[in-house]
Amino acid sequence: MTDSTNRIAEIVKNNDVVLFMKGTALFPQCGFSSRAVAILDRLRVSYETVDVLQDPEVRQGIKEYSDWPTIPQLYVKGEFVGGSDIMMEMFESGELQELLGAEA
Amino acid sequence: MPMSASEIERLIKASIPDAEVTIRDLAGDGDHYAARVVSRSFTGMSRIRQHQAVYSALGGRVGGELHALQLETAVPETETNSD
Repeated sequence: MTDSTNRIAEIVKNNDVVLFMKGTALFPQCGFSSRAVAILDRLRVSYETVDVLQDPEVRQGIKEYSDWPTIPQLYVKGEFVGGSDIMMEMFESGELQELLGAEA
Repeated sequence: MPMSASEIERLIKASIPDAEVTIRDLAGDGDHYAARVVSRSFTGMSRIRQHQAVYSALGGRVGGELHALQLETAVPETETNSD
């Protein structure tokens, strides 16, 4: 395992809900990341974010870690959930609320 | 260089022959697309696997040459009903 893979594994392990994104929750730097943050805020769950723009190694590493080519990426309890499109589909179907234990 | 919608559709169908592909050019700039891909081959696959199948059909272009592809995947209705 490379250093960045180890770091990503640690982040994912230590945070129940973590979003790898471009920018921060307050200042998302991409429409897809902005959408992902909006969904999580709407569910009023607490979550961590990792700004991949501040960390080129994580930016590349996370794509290999999940075999997923785009950012944002949501992880819940160590499992990769998907990008913003999947988050939106799961939000609309109520699955995301269930997964995150949020009030519907 | 931006990709054309027809090129995206061609690549998806080359790997997923039965795919029904609907593509919208969101911004009219040939760079921001929304695609809906419906295929029987998605039956029994998680959403992540379905999206990965489409990304793999596009051969590493997503996230690079093709910056913005909003993606929705599904199995044909008749298949879900028969579950």
